[in-house]
Amino acid sequence: MSRFSRFILSLAFAGAATSAVAFENFKGIGRPATPAEIKAWDIDVRPDFKGLPKGSGSVSQGEVIFEEKCASCHGTFGESNEVFTPLVGGTTKDDIKTGHVRALATGDLPQRTTFTKVATISTIFDYIQRAMPWTAPKSLKPDEIYGILAYLLNLSEIVPSDFVLSDKNIADIQKMMPNRNGMTTNHGMWPGAPASKGGIGNGGKPDVQAKACMKNCKTEVRIGSILPDYARNAHGNLEDQNRNFGPVRGVKTGESLAAAPKNSAELELATISGCMACHGINNKIVGPGYNEVQLRYKDQTDAEDRLSRKVREGGQGAWGSIPMPANEHVKEADAKTLVRWILSGAK
Amino acid sequence: MGNLLEQAGRLRPAPENFLSDEQVKAVASGRRDFLRKSFLAASAAMAAPLAARAADGDSNILSNPAWTTSLGQPVAARPYGTPSQFESQLLRRESPGLARVGGASVSFCPLQGLFGIITPSGLHFERHHQGWVDVDPSKHRFMVNGSDDSLIKRPKVYTLDELMRMPSVSRIHFIECGANSGVEWANVAVPTVQYTHGMVSCSEFTGVPLKLLLDDCGVDYKKARYVLAEGADGSSMTRTIPMEMVESGEVFVAYGQNGEMLRPENGYPLRLVVPGVQGVSWVKWLRRIEVGDKPYATKDEAVHYIDLMPDGQHRQYTSIHEAKSVITSPSGGQTLLDKGYYNISGIAWSGRGKIRQVDVSVDGGINWQTARLEGPIQNKALTRFNAAWVWDGKPAILQSRAIDETGYVQPSYGQLRAVRGSKSIYHNNAIQSWKVVESGEISNVQVL
Repeated sequence: MSRFSRFILSLAFAGAATSAVAFENFKGIGRPATPAEIKAWDIDVRPDFKGLPKGSGSVSQGEVIFEEKCASCHGTFGESNEVFTPLVGGTTKDDIKTGHVRALATGDLPQRTTFTKVATISTIFDYIQRAMPWTAPKSLKPDEIYGILAYLLNLSEIVPSDFVLSDKNIADIQKMMPNRNGMTTNHGMWPGAPASKGGIGNGGKPDVQAKACMKNCKTEVRIGSILPDYARNAHGNLEDQNRNFGPVRGVKTGESLAAAPKNSAELELATISGCMACHGINNKIVGPGYNEVQLRYKDQTDAEDRLSRKVREGGQGAWGSIPMPANEHVKEADAKTLVRWILSGAK
Repeated sequence: MGNLLEQAGRLRPAPENFLSDEQVKAVASGRRDFLRKSFLAASAAMAAPLAARAADGDSNILSNPAWTTSLGQPVAARPYGTPSQFESQLLRRESPGLARVGGASVSFCPLQGLFGIITPSGLHFERHHQGWVDVDPSKHRFMVNGSDDSLIKRPKVYTLDELMRMPSVSRIHFIECGANSGVEWANVAVPTVQYTHGMVSCSEFTGVPLKLLLDDCGVDYKKARYVLAEGADGSSMTRTIPMEMVESGEVFVAYGQNGEMLRPENGYPLRLVVPGVQGVSWVKWLRRIEVGDKPYATKDEAVHYIDLMPDGQHRQYTSIHEAKSVITSPSGGQTLLDKGYYNISGIAWSGRGKIRQVDVSVDGGINWQTARLEGPIQNKALTRFNAAWVWDGKPAILQSRAIDETGYVQPSYGQLRAVRGSKSIYHNNAIQSWKVVESGEISNVQVL
């Protein structure tokens, strides 16, 4: 049997746990990754701090950066629930000692924050490094990340206000994370080797064991919960979310979609251009609402040119410190259309 | 007389065709009195002399409609075909109040109107962590490296040109978000199956088994027992996947979906397929695989996608979806048109393999009948089930219960909560109940 047909055969059996795909070399496919390429992309930081870049940052340095780049979404103290769930809050001095956030067990927690959940400080460093700030991911330098993290640790009362976090002392801070002992992997939902064989979990044993009774399974049907009245009508007109032929109809729970006004072409353009992720028509999200923009610029004769340049090139300072990222993907003509629409009272 | 009835029977259209648009709306709103009146009128018509009835036939039959009496459209009038103009209702939709930022939100698949097991690519549910991107395939690169040089002989870079030259597999698998049905852990919260279960979809994916690529790079499987998958979007989302799954040949790097390239919202031009495992691990816009000797505790396995238990501990690295099913028609937010025969239809799936059996109850779980499964039944794919039901016009509670090939039985809410409480958010696979009332309106309820 040729090597190739043997390979195809083994592919046919792939899916069986025992499959070992026979394979030698895909000639001409792929090339070695250069050290610089690996360095550019390999940015992950593990709980054992493998991958952690060298650097340091103080609470006060972090506060300045946080105020400038993070606070508009997360609030000055990382407490905001406006855009995302809060970062800090809900942890106590006692939790720092025990490594268990007690409120998770007692239920005395209106909402879980990042610091009530996360067990590993590496997770926060890794995430800020790869994904923050929201509109400009991967733009922060290691020292800035250390500073932001130091500030968050200070807000969580884990470190004092004169603390400097660095690659040298981050392992010590790990030992103070309020929920560091709050994770368990004793479950059956890990699809790899179990803990007993150096992996994770109990080897796939389900925790809930139901039985399949077929006849006279119970004497009464206990209803635990019904759809609240407000929820029946909270998702628009369900009549419009089902076909108007076939075995059933959708229940009429509101105004028909056909009667609702269609989005303007400009709003569609703004949506596909990504503008609406940060701006509301009548409300601030990350950037100002279009109603605010109109109010400020409507009487300025050069506003159309200036603002359409700003759409494409980005800017900072006019609406606080959070920057407007460059949007080079928006064509010049489209940027002008959008700005004219905003200045004439976007709808 | 028998002959007369037979002829009348032939003339008699399906009940809904007795209804005007207004009457259909009235059905939808739950007023059914006129339905009986319509049937009375129909019966009267049947009793009338034949000559009079001929003129009374269905105008849709008696006068040919425009599409029967005119020339149709030419080929390629729409080079990329789109659904009929009459199919404007089934769209993916957001659930109000679930997330405040569209880039970190969810849109739900309209399961209430779909058939079979394949989700049309344009209706596939969406979950993005930092917005979706449309990656230029000619500039996309896929890298395999190691957390340590000793774990891999040849870290490599591949282009789409190269990946698409390699041997490919095509397999049908479901993908479900770990938080599907998450808002319903403690109580009923949303009205329809689109919002209770619409974060599941099923496609045929085509791509290259990851094992082949890791072999090509000379991975040391003795030491490298985990892989980290990373996306090329702004979030560069990461998840840890066990090497055992990669070695089994199940995990693949996909570029194809339902016969065409992946849609941008689903990771164009490359995503990971991790069958049976929650969607967050199927990293979209896949740019890198790192092989490692330890798990990574990434944001989406250390802050989110962790399951809070009643004792205050979070379960970490929960990945597999246990067996689950739901009746999609008839279902919440719908109204039955009248008493009589209905086909109860739904979907079942398990992250542990094939579906063995689905049972359906119409009395809230006191008695069950085994549904008919539509084959071929596939591994870690949606399975469509159907069961006959004659509605007698009385209140009913419809339920379905899946059993997978391991013998695992889908639990009730009571059974699930007894072990996991009601704050877990993730991996809610409880039996779904739809309550039918006399008006025909169906609503979401939870039976313990």
